[in-house]
Amino acid sequence: MTATPHKLWQFHGGVQLPEHKAESTTEPVAAAPLPRQLILPLRQHIGEAATPVVKRGERVKKGQIIARSDTYVGAHLHAPTSGRIALVGDQPVPHPSGLSAPCIVIEVDGEDDWGDSRMPPIEDYRNIDPVKLRNRVRDAGIVGMGGAAFPAAVKLNPRPHQKIDTLVINGAECEPYITCDDMLMRTQAEAVIAGMHLVRRALKPERCLIGIEDNKPEAIRAMTEALGSEAQDNIRIVSIPSIYPTGGERQLVRVLTGREVPSEGLPADVGVVCHNVGTLAAIYRAVVLGEPLISRLVTVTGSGVHRPRNLQVYLGTPVADLIALAGGYTDDVERLIMGGPMMGFALASDAVPIIKGGNCIIAARAADVERPGPVMPCIRCGECVKTCPASLLPQQLYWFSRARDFEKAQEYSLFDCIECGCCAHVCPSNIPLVQYYRFAKNEIWSQERERRQAEAAKQRHELRRERLQREEREKAERMKRKQATTQQTATTATTAHTGEDPKQAVIRAALARAQARKAEQAGENNNENR
Amino acid sequence: MRFKTFSSPHMAPARSVNRVMGQVLLALIPGTAAMTWYFGWGVLINVSLAVTVALACEALMLLLRGRPLTPHITDLSAVLAGWLFALAVPPLTPWWVTLVGVGFAMIMAKHLYGGLGYNPFNPAMVGYVVVLISFPREMTLWLSPSVIAELNLSLPQTFAAIFTGTLPEGLTWDMITAATPLDRIQTGVGLEQPISQIQTSPFFGYLGGVGWEWISLWFLLGGLWLLKRRVIGWQIPVAMLGTLTLLSGLFWLINPEVYASPLFHIFSGAAILGAFFIATDPVSASTTPKGRLIFGAGVGALVFVIRTWGGYAEGLAFSVLLMNMMVPLIDHYTQPRVFGKTSAGKEG
Repeated sequence: MTATPHKLWQFHGGVQLPEHKAESTTEPVAAAPLPRQLILPLRQHIGEAATPVVKRGERVKKGQIIARSDTYVGAHLHAPTSGRIALVGDQPVPHPSGLSAPCIVIEVDGEDDWGDSRMPPIEDYRNIDPVKLRNRVRDAGIVGMGGAAFPAAVKLNPRPHQKIDTLVINGAECEPYITCDDMLMRTQAEAVIAGMHLVRRALKPERCLIGIEDNKPEAIRAMTEALGSEAQDNIRIVSIPSIYPTGGERQLVRVLTGREVPSEGLPADVGVVCHNVGTLAAIYRAVVLGEPLISRLVTVTGSGVHRPRNLQVYLGTPVADLIALAGGYTDDVERLIMGGPMMGFALASDAVPIIKGGNCIIAARAADVERPGPVMPCIRCGECVKTCPASLLPQQLYWFSRARDFEKAQEYSLFDCIECGCCAHVCPSNIPLVQYYRFAKNEIWSQERERRQAEAAKQRHELRRERLQREEREKAERMKRKQATTQQTATTATTAHTGEDPKQAVIRAALARAQARKAEQAGENNNENR
Repeated sequence: MRFKTFSSPHMAPARSVNRVMGQVLLALIPGTAAMTWYFGWGVLINVSLAVTVALACEALMLLLRGRPLTPHITDLSAVLAGWLFALAVPPLTPWWVTLVGVGFAMIMAKHLYGGLGYNPFNPAMVGYVVVLISFPREMTLWLSPSVIAELNLSLPQTFAAIFTGTLPEGLTWDMITAATPLDRIQTGVGLEQPISQIQTSPFFGYLGGVGWEWISLWFLLGGLWLLKRRVIGWQIPVAMLGTLTLLSGLFWLINPEVYASPLFHIFSGAAILGAFFIATDPVSASTTPKGRLIFGAGVGALVFVIRTWGGYAEGLAFSVLLMNMMVPLIDHYTQPRVFGKTSAGKEG
């Protein structure tokens, strides 16, 4: 093992939460069978939605690209198995809004046939060229597997001015209930370590720190074993205290390196890139096995299912299928959550599919989730201040959000709130604080949008006015020019006493016609008046 | 299957307002028991009366404001306000004084400002200051622990004293009341007596006054328990007692015959009770960590100033109220540095 212990730093606040992890780690990881249908939302992360490249009725092979995203912050979507495209259209998706969004639905044929869609495995992966690696990660549609689902290739491509000296591997998994990263490290530690070496090829960091919370001794053991003799002072597994939200990117970077990611910056600004262990395993599979991101480990847990466990799941599998594999709901199930209990969102229906960032499904009973009492007024006890990992003043933000004083809320750094939920968890008055902050943020965003729209409309209006003025001006100038030429010709004609030129004759004829018409009209009008 | 959706987090909170208040009340028990031991049944009768009045006012105001009774009446904040008021007034305070004080505290200082969480001033201290200024004679009816121990007024006798103002046959108010140790020091120093001479009187014990020092120690015990349970933060008690010690120590070193010792200051009057139970009232105190240090220090400094040069022998209530006034200002200027920013509100 490593010679010197790694120095750990602390982040402000945080809370110790009941773990609820043991429930889902007793059973070994099982592969979820192919469902009848797979539903694949076109937008699975921030940035642009992918564009479908298949049509209804088309047959697809396993691993075939079914939707492309060619923007920088984008990821392709692959068919998780072979089948026929049943639909390209709106379906309910796992999103806090509970709304529907464009999806591709595949009717599974059960053959699970790769055809020739598998990417060629790269045998000599230890010496892979960074550009080739990035392209492979892009082609494989890999995103961050920790939940945020940010396209991974972007984080393998530091900007020229950014010197990356530390690669942080996030195996903290600090939210209660979730154990998929734990189980991944226990069962596929070699893949994670190999993925880490691949990422090291791309980023060339001086050191590599794998942070795992100390409540996962088995994962730490498996990872240490997989790292083997390669563990040195510059590549090390660091056991970190289990304090929520230590697995938050900014918090983990702070704990492992002592560096503070600037408020509106990225870890790369302080020389750090952070990847989740699940992402590393996915990168390994893409490079060495030629497999795009078509499945993931999902924890299905909570007191609302009979048999909590971890499942290897094809992307697009409906949540209801996973619930069935976890023994079905208990009679008193109350809430369904995607993600962790602190930052995940409640699902309105179990018909929605598992997406790339979907690490956990919690079926909860009322006693686990319901507020124990009514919402009381804030008594300014300051517990939230003590626990806020961003060092904010949650009670003030609550006050301003409630009063719709958004300017003041922003002054108190509302947008530094990571919505970790620590404040709401410790609030003795039961105030759903995070809900207020989301509300305030959304209001500010929509105000900003409206302001931009108004500005665009104003600009359009001004441009139109300018165009009309210009046209008017040009018309006037044209008229002037024309008049000038007519006069000139007229003058020339009178002074020179020459015969009429053909142009002049045409004009005169036209004038005569017009006068005749006018006279005629005047006559008609007179008749009518009579 | 369809589900109802809610905003995260989805974990039930671990604390509640009435648990917080309940623990504070629990921590008041040892000190209150000690006070009863030294000053007789009057303390308990006052507490019961004040709590009853507080609950009645709370209920009345909730009804008038059209607010639900259940979550608010059981949040125990009214009980706490009444209890603290009762500890601040002399043990044989006439019933109507308690009625006026607690009534003012609950109706004017708490509910007219919006009820729990919205009052800028500590209600118990507002109520106390109102009766202190309005009924100065009644507020000086502090008893002498040694006389009380000797007389051993029974429960009915105490009842009679509080509710009818009559004392048992053969007793006069002058016989049973005595100035508090803080009063004695202030009066004595005013008469240019050296403190060492004032303190030879049998009213003084090892740390403060006889009885008073033990009451303070029991309140200290409750306060430390609150600290350990993390019901209150350390900032306000430490800053307040620290500042009081520092200031009184400084002057005591300069001239111990004119200025009482830090130990005397800490263990007399309401210093301990105030530091752990009154100045820490979250609603009316500062909420930022740095702000709480300033708030506590301010209370401590004002207590020393009022005790030493002011018109009142004890200045806790005034100090707390004056610092309550400063809270918005303190909170504004003590915002913590946001993670990832160089200073409050600025990009890092």
